[in-house]
Amino acid sequence: MRLLEWQGREIFERAGIPVPPGALVKSPQEARRVAERLGGPVVLKAQVPVGGRGKAGGIKLAATPIQAEELAGTLLGARLKGVPVEALLAVRAAEIRSEHYLGITIDRDSRQPVFIYSPSGGVDIEEVARTRPEAVAKVPIPPLEGLYPFRLRRLFALAPAHLRKELFRLAGKLYGVFLEYECNLVEINPLAETEEGLLALDAKVIIDDDHRPGEQFSGLAEAAEDPLEAEAKEAGLSFVRLDGDVGIIGNGAGLVMATLDLVVQAGGQPANFLDIGGGARAERVQKAVELVARSGQAKVLLVNVFGGITRCDEVARGIVEATGVLGIPVVVRLTGTNEREGKEILARAGLVPVDTMEEGAAQAVALAKGGG
Amino acid sequence: MAILVDSETRVLVQGITGSEGTFHTRHMVAYGTRVVAGVTPGKGGQTLDGIPVYDSVRDALREHEIDASILFVPAPFAPDAMLEAADAGIPLLVCITEGIALHDMLKCYHLLRGYGGRLIGPNCPGLISPGKAKLGIMPGEVFRPGPVGIISRSGTLTYEIASHLSRAGIGQSTVVGIGGDPIIGSTFTELLPLFAEDPETELVVLVGEIGGAAEEAAADYVAEHMKKPVVAYIAGFSAPPGKRMGHAGAIISGSEGTAEAKARRLEARGIPVARTPAQVAELVKERLS
Repeated sequence: MRLLEWQGREIFERAGIPVPPGALVKSPQEARRVAERLGGPVVLKAQVPVGGRGKAGGIKLAATPIQAEELAGTLLGARLKGVPVEALLAVRAAEIRSEHYLGITIDRDSRQPVFIYSPSGGVDIEEVARTRPEAVAKVPIPPLEGLYPFRLRRLFALAPAHLRKELFRLAGKLYGVFLEYECNLVEINPLAETEEGLLALDAKVIIDDDHRPGEQFSGLAEAAEDPLEAEAKEAGLSFVRLDGDVGIIGNGAGLVMATLDLVVQAGGQPANFLDIGGGARAERVQKAVELVARSGQAKVLLVNVFGGITRCDEVARGIVEATGVLGIPVVVRLTGTNEREGKEILARAGLVPVDTMEEGAAQAVALAKGGG
Repeated sequence: MAILVDSETRVLVQGITGSEGTFHTRHMVAYGTRVVAGVTPGKGGQTLDGIPVYDSVRDALREHEIDASILFVPAPFAPDAMLEAADAGIPLLVCITEGIALHDMLKCYHLLRGYGGRLIGPNCPGLISPGKAKLGIMPGEVFRPGPVGIISRSGTLTYEIASHLSRAGIGQSTVVGIGGDPIIGSTFTELLPLFAEDPETELVVLVGEIGGAAEEAAADYVAEHMKKPVVAYIAGFSAPPGKRMGHAGAIISGSEGTAEAKARRLEARGIPVARTPAQVAELVKERLS
């Protein structure tokens, strides 16, 4: 679950990590009132679940409350990388002396949480990591050991001496958030040095989707980039909208990605990624087909299922049930568990499956082009 | 020979009385796997098709010799079950369970290391040594005995690739689905040495996908240590960019995590990367003597 900045900021505040004064606003008038209350220039930040907000024009500086109202008017309701902006975070602009980076994530290789710190934070931190690796410290924290100070001393060896004490305190609090909210990632970039000390000028928090039950998660919800994606998640489906016109459904993320790749190689463009997961019953398959139909982009649907725990007869039933609402041609590749039964169900509905996924991709692309 | 499991391997099923556990135990037995016992706390004394069920792993070990355990235990209880098996001294665990909390698995992984055994998974299809034994949920009929080892992060995509190989008359020594979670018991680089030493394996296929940097690490390992040929497939060349958030992943791994970046590294290390599942079989055929 990827939290929006304002949600992460609330968690930081509760944990005692300093953030600049500000508030979430949903109208230009509200933006002006908040700017008046804060006094001085404010930064308006679009609250959307996409990366690279600043570079896409989603962060604006307003010198006066009037300007805050105007800028909020242009930002709210606009789209940022295709996602409508419904709320802004308005915070008092800080005078920044230096920008740092502080984050914790999981290193899959060593299977440990890793602290990352750099005194050269900001939007170009990945560039810094590539070109000046010595300016980025990475210190793993053995999960059975806990957070001992010597590891933080190692982490902050690069830090300016006058900030170390504050960084130590902050790192301890950030690690607390990482554990309490069962995070994949917590990141403060930039962590700014200002007149009032260190301030978290951004908050990125990604919570493990498989986290244990706990009341700290109550009220937290992931902002959906697309309402259909949210609906799919609810139904146990993994759906991602793409730009093309070949709808794709399959079982298992790897197989669906491989199907996308084949469609692109055949000269087509996928309309979506849709993984029905393992062991899907007819109802879930039917829902998947309906989602592709409702997304309104696909000119053809390609279903690619290799049955293991997923049974071909259930898949076939789901497809046949949903073809009424589909209204576009469907190409089916169905093999594996209960293949014969599945193909019989398709045959009764007048559907003839293809034998291989390569063949399926080629046929689907041809149909999408012919139908255009 | 094969790696990890063969027809002699005596297998325990943890979570044997659950619907998944029961269903797949029957399929494993039908495949020829020597399932000697099952464990479900509170269900001791029952049997499943003549397989005795015990309350604990220790109880099972009092009556049977056990070489490996496969787990179909629900996610909240899976770490406990893995640790119970490791504590009882079972050297190989295969955890099929999906949805184990990341922070539970972080701790569990490091505790398991203290026992010195090996874990495959979690959130994986398991492993199969075709014609000998299956500790997993894959459809057995897709696989044929032969000289190709497969290590894969994906489930169904592995079946797809194996079926292309089988239809081309190329069988497999052992096929291991290592799982797609951030924390897994065994990675590509940790399993490659086993295939390197297995006299039955002549070539290894790596099946990767976008995210993380395990394929890059495998590329380096192969170039430095492997004498046997290796062929790779990566899924996700057309995956949309910009889905990620935050910089930490890229900083840690030093990789973009894209299919392009992975293929570049593999090819730079002399490992051919197939562009379609069918092409894997062609590349393998060219390289098998």
